[in-house]
Amino acid sequence: MTTLDAPQTDRPAGVIHDIGYQRYDGPRLGRRYLVGSLYLHSLRTAFGLGRTIKAKIFPWLIVGVVGVVAAVLTAVRAQTGEVALSYAEFPEVLSILIIFFCAIVGPELASRDLHSGVLPLYFARPLHRADYALVKLAALVSATFLMLAVPLTVMFAGAAFMVDGIGAVWDELGDFLPALGYVAVHAIVYSVLALLVASLVRRRAVAAGAIVGAFLLTSPVVAVLSVMPHEAANQLAGLASPVTLVGGIGDWTVEEVGDLDIGPYGPLYGLVAVGFVVAGILLLLARYRKVAAR
Amino acid sequence: MTLIATQSLTKTYGNRVTALSDLTVTVEPGIVGLVGANGAGKSTFIKIMLGLLEPTGGQARVLGLDPTVDGHQVRARVGYMPEHDCLPPDLSAAEFVTHMARMSGLPKTTARERASETLRHVGLYEERYRQVGGYSTGMKQRVKLAQALVHDPDLLLLDEPTNGLDPAGRDAMLALIERIGTEFGISVLVCSHLLGEVERICDALVAIEGGKLLRSAQLSDMTAVTEVLSVEVSEGTDELAARLAAAGLPVRRDNRLLLVPVLDPDSAGVGAGDTALDKTYDLILTAVAELDLPLHRLDQRRHRVVELFATDPARVSGPVAAGTALEGAR
Repeated sequence: MTTLDAPQTDRPAGVIHDIGYQRYDGPRLGRRYLVGSLYLHSLRTAFGLGRTIKAKIFPWLIVGVVGVVAAVLTAVRAQTGEVALSYAEFPEVLSILIIFFCAIVGPELASRDLHSGVLPLYFARPLHRADYALVKLAALVSATFLMLAVPLTVMFAGAAFMVDGIGAVWDELGDFLPALGYVAVHAIVYSVLALLVASLVRRRAVAAGAIVGAFLLTSPVVAVLSVMPHEAANQLAGLASPVTLVGGIGDWTVEEVGDLDIGPYGPLYGLVAVGFVVAGILLLLARYRKVAAR
Repeated sequence: MTLIATQSLTKTYGNRVTALSDLTVTVEPGIVGLVGANGAGKSTFIKIMLGLLEPTGGQARVLGLDPTVDGHQVRARVGYMPEHDCLPPDLSAAEFVTHMARMSGLPKTTARERASETLRHVGLYEERYRQVGGYSTGMKQRVKLAQALVHDPDLLLLDEPTNGLDPAGRDAMLALIERIGTEFGISVLVCSHLLGEVERICDALVAIEGGKLLRSAQLSDMTAVTEVLSVEVSEGTDELAARLAAAGLPVRRDNRLLLVPVLDPDSAGVGAGDTALDKTYDLILTAVAELDLPLHRLDQRRHRVVELFATDPARVSGPVAAGTALEGAR
């Protein structure tokens, strides 16, 4: 029987050989792999996965609050049978939480790399600058979408068990899927603004404040315009702030009874939102074309 | 193959600051020192080599590629260690270097394997699972080097790798760089404002000042062993100098060192079968023994590279006023 303490004379077991440096001539994967790796890394960063508990607190706090809201709504519906909040209203009611989420995660994705000086290391590798910017945006959009879409799906699943008959489930699905799209619109518009601001500020805390500021900055304009004694001004007021801009799209597309009075300007809201996103992406790309080249 | 070749390379920031002006230099594989005062244009040079900056004029070729055209190909084969802090404090070294390996296109498992292997090569073992934020400066420098090395580049660009290190840390870092250049077989371009530091490990040296080439040469030409012995004793340096002078050796004093030229082979006192060098050693050792002094060092001295810039030594060794204007623009 061989025991651990039995001396093995024939061969030196357990000796670690320093095999020296080994050159690598295996595959070096291309652009898609780099983009995919960075995307996964960024998505994990967004939720603080693979990092300390400190990085997890804030994103998961918001995820928790949103989850509780969804759970309560489902429970209320189960008890009373009343729909307290439609699927499409869900992201609107939570818009302040979406802003907070973007203000926490956006700087985590963009400002952190600026502050720690990692950015030059990325750009000293075969990663395209535009890819970096777009991947970070995609990660923030996905994180925000997931933060909202998962609770929304839970609500739908709950409802699907509650309603009677397959026809009613189809009706639910008819409400749920457009709402999911509406959540995506929220995620895209909010993320573009948040990431653009975050990419300009090196310090995370400052960036978080700046993002919240950027969302709230123009809300007085909306308030003033909407009380003007002029119908078109009232109906166009929502264009002035990203929050009401997205709300206007909701009124135009998914909601039967809009909470904003947008009149006939629905398509304009859509157009402005598209212009806002495109402009934001172009600015983001311009920002990353120059940064860290000093 | 030529490692780096530039032709009238010029880089100006705006219209005011000239970082590089008309720099033409050819660098062969090996360990190459890029020396110059702060703001001499070293970092700008490296960034142009990486294709991170576009030159205002002239051409550059790295590993036979033009970094302004084939930037991605160049960057796939080059490792870059910046001068400044570049590590996220809340990741472990192992995770960070793995991520950087993947960003160079290494598949997932390979990236992890090579990351821990590279960290081991730079001297980080169990610490690699701790967060980088808690590391000492020396350990951070090692992680920075590891991330530059992890994808097995053909050329390493190191910008002031010994910055912020204590003397022991400097020696360790330089020894590591020397190993990379010799054992690992990777060419290294190492930037430093300390000539005395890089001359120890480099095969070739490029000195720039104010964006202009001061001198470029193989170090073997520069540091040929001279016929001078240097002696260091911890006390009684003056007595020894007097004794050696009395013995017919024209001693020169250099701080705590005594520099003794080897005896002329034809002069008196050099016996047959004895080389002039041996004889000089004997004379010095006898003198030291007779005076009973604690001998620290006795060796044959190399030409100090500084002496190569003897036309105006202050330019390289001292702080250069002309170069500091660039500091903010780098």
